Amino acid sequence: MAVKVSSEWLNACSGCEISILNIGETILDLIPDKIELVHIPALVDSKYYGQLGDGTKLELPKATVGLISGGVRTEEHAEVVREMRDKVDILVALGTCATDGGIPAQANMWKNEDVLKKIFGDCPTHEPAGHPTEIVPPYTDSVLAVDEVAKVDIYIPGCPPHPDWIADALLALVEGKTEWALPERSVCDTCPVIREKKSAGGAAIKRPLENYTYDPDEPIEKMRCIMEQGYLCLGAVTRAGCAGKSGVPRCIQARQACRGCFGPIRRGAKPMVDMMGALSSIGQDAKSLVDRRALLNRFVGAHKNLRPLPQRGKK
Amino acid sequence: MGKMIQIQPVTRIEGHSRVVVELDDGGNVSDARFHVFALRGFEMFCQGRPVEEMPRIVNRICGICPWNHHLASVKATDAVFGVTPPPAAVKLRRLAQHMAYIPDKLLHFYFLAAPDFVLGPDCDPSTRNVIGIAKANPELARKVVRMRQSAAMMLEEWLGKVIHPVAAVTGGFSRPLLEKEREKFLEGYKEQLEFAKFTIAFAREEVFPKYTEAVESLGVIKTGFIGTVTEDGTHDIYDGKLRLMKPDGSYDDFSYEQYTDHIGEHIEAWTYPKMPFAKKWASGEFSLDLDEPKGIYRSNALARINVCDKIGTPEAQKELDLFREKYGRPTQLTLLYHWARLIELVNNCETVIQLLEDPEITSREIRSDVQVKAGRGVGCVEAPRGTLIHDYTADENGLISSVNLIVGTTHNQAPINMSVKKAAQDLIHGGEYDQGVLNRIEMAIRAYDP
Ligand code: SF4
Ligand code: SF4
Ligand code: SF4
Repeated sequence: MAVKVSSEWLNACSGCEISILNIGETILDLIPDKIELVHIPALVDSKYYGQLGDGTKLELPKATVGLISGGVRTEEHAEVVREMRDKVDILVALGTCATDGGIPAQANMWKNEDVLKKIFGDCPTHEPAGHPTEIVPPYTDSVLAVDEVAKVDIYIPGCPPHPDWIADALLALVEGKTEWALPERSVCDTCPVIREKKSAGGAAIKRPLENYTYDPDEPIEKMRCIMEQGYLCLGAVTRAGCAGKSGVPRCIQARQACRGCFGPIRRGAKPMVDMMGALSSIGQDAKSLVDRRALLNRFVGAHKNLRPLPQRGKK
Repeated sequence: MGKMIQIQPVTRIEGHSRVVVELDDGGNVSDARFHVFALRGFEMFCQGRPVEEMPRIVNRICGICPWNHHLASVKATDAVFGVTPPPAAVKLRRLAQHMAYIPDKLLHFYFLAAPDFVLGPDCDPSTRNVIGIAKANPELARKVVRMRQSAAMMLEEWLGKVIHPVAAVTGGFSRPLLEKEREKFLEGYKEQLEFAKFTIAFAREEVFPKYTEAVESLGVIKTGFIGTVTEDGTHDIYDGKLRLMKPDGSYDDFSYEQYTDHIGEHIEAWTYPKMPFAKKWASGEFSLDLDEPKGIYRSNALARINVCDKIGTPEAQKELDLFREKYGRPTQLTLLYHWARLIELVNNCETVIQLLEDPEITSREIRSDVQVKAGRGVGCVEAPRGTLIHDYTADENGLISSVNLIVGTTHNQAPINMSVKKAAQDLIHGGEYDQGVLNRIEMAIRAYDP
């Protein structure tokens, strides 16, 4: 019997769903024999209000596994989360928006009314206007991770999560397991660059305005750690896994620094605090980091990690 | 008061939306609207971020077209700091742009659109999807999955992230292309080109002819079009000038910075996205009226194919000639978006091969010096769904002080609304409709996406 899977996207970008498709041919071995997709708006025509659109209550089909990508930004998103929780046995938060708020939770640095005022009131292509209020679902108080609305059983972080892990978790669930988690290791633990545990770039953290030093003809094992070159790399406080089951962390492969898209190493850890420690341990001055608060919380703005700062009397 | 039909979520499109059709007492359509209920607020939370970080933040606007946002953004950041990337870096960006289009086109045509055409718009909704396609034609389905996967994986092998990329950086590119990668890709993309040619021939000969009537009527409206062309009017998805074409085929060309002279945005109270419109037409008025629309233009593949004088590669040009012979220029037939996409697919494969054969593509000169300064910059590229406009202003510390974004889907908000209403009015009479009819209304939306 195929396991029924239901999937929804909330304050999301579709990247998590594309990552599901990037599982590739393995997915054809799973669907439809082992997995039956009962609801997934990206691929399947299943509707909230019935196929004839005459229902009055938002309804999702029953399923064993529910996948949710995206955080919660509107009351309607919250309703979908609650409805899915009611209808599934195992709820999976897919992607860092769902697990930790993701990039959209950067908005938590502002009050809702300021966001709406900025978007509709201060724009070069139209006259200032009020924000939409008819039918559109209102904002929740802040951008929330899914587990701030309902209990989540399994977390698959990543922006987007690597297809290897999505397949791995789905296979585990198909086999009847009810638990799955990425190991608690850091991106640095899986990064092959040279580390000497001290900064070669001085105490002040440089902005990445030039390419990092490396020889393109040499393997990545010959490149010096980006943080030790004097730039910010969030590998030390970010969960490993972005390269899938093997390989070099994805940004490092492109000779770029990690920005933390897999979220904290342990659920509940605070990258902001941990990173300040990691920086000073190699002799760098964390205070020299430009735009520190937003940068160190880039993917983890939910769970009250980011909130509006008190007004500082300037307008 | 008559009846309200809610189609939610609209399925097999990217992103969350809903259609509401209102019927009057006689069961005829009195109104129909396409609502989008998401507003993440990038324009707000990008404020204060370092300029050079923007390409790594705004790619999250869309997981289907992250490369396009990444590149429009990096071009805007170049312009803010007044830096010109070395020629090889521009070629690498262009290469990545064309490479990224390919898996997207395959996804759209075979997985999202094809179920309506291959299985038919009225078939059982539980099989009207990619799984149904896989059952109906398992060999082709496997081939599509494999081709799409291999296109995505070549990009991943080279630059790590395919979704939410990081390799385009202010002033250039972070990593060169190595000779051994070049050779391997060349082979891979020759295979992609063959498959692209197969796909367009299959669509042209076996798929669209069965639906001639739908093509000629479904969601057809009369609008203008926007797209990017080079100085001599050639179709281009990475760089050039913007061309805004009126329904009669006449047009204005303008540079990115001039977009505010030509494009305004209209706000409706019932949907979060704004509706861009051509503000030099119809004395700056905006109207969704089906008989007399004002200021409405469309973006995405059909728009680009309509506004260009020619397309830069031989096989794609042959396809463009065939298309124009049949439908003229500009054509308003909404379902032809699907066809136009495939002409671009052929062009993408050919352009990738041309770039890979360019000796400069493996150059190591890939980044220019960048100095932080205050400034404004507008960066544009074409995403599959349409023209992306990223307009950034920064203070003297190189922190963003203001952002305006007009993205592919946004351009099409107004025309999608019109197509939905048109389809609903044509298809629902006297309160009679079934799921197949409602699916046809959704087909009018799918044409625009992605
Ligand atoms: S986690 Fe990343 S890929 Fe997934 S929806 Fe959020 S922004 Fe998109
Ligand atoms: S800090 Fe960055 S470059 Fe250095 S080891 Fe960690 S992930 Fe690799
Ligand atoms: S290196 Fe860091 S930011 Fe880049 S993909 Fe991996 S976890 Fe995400």
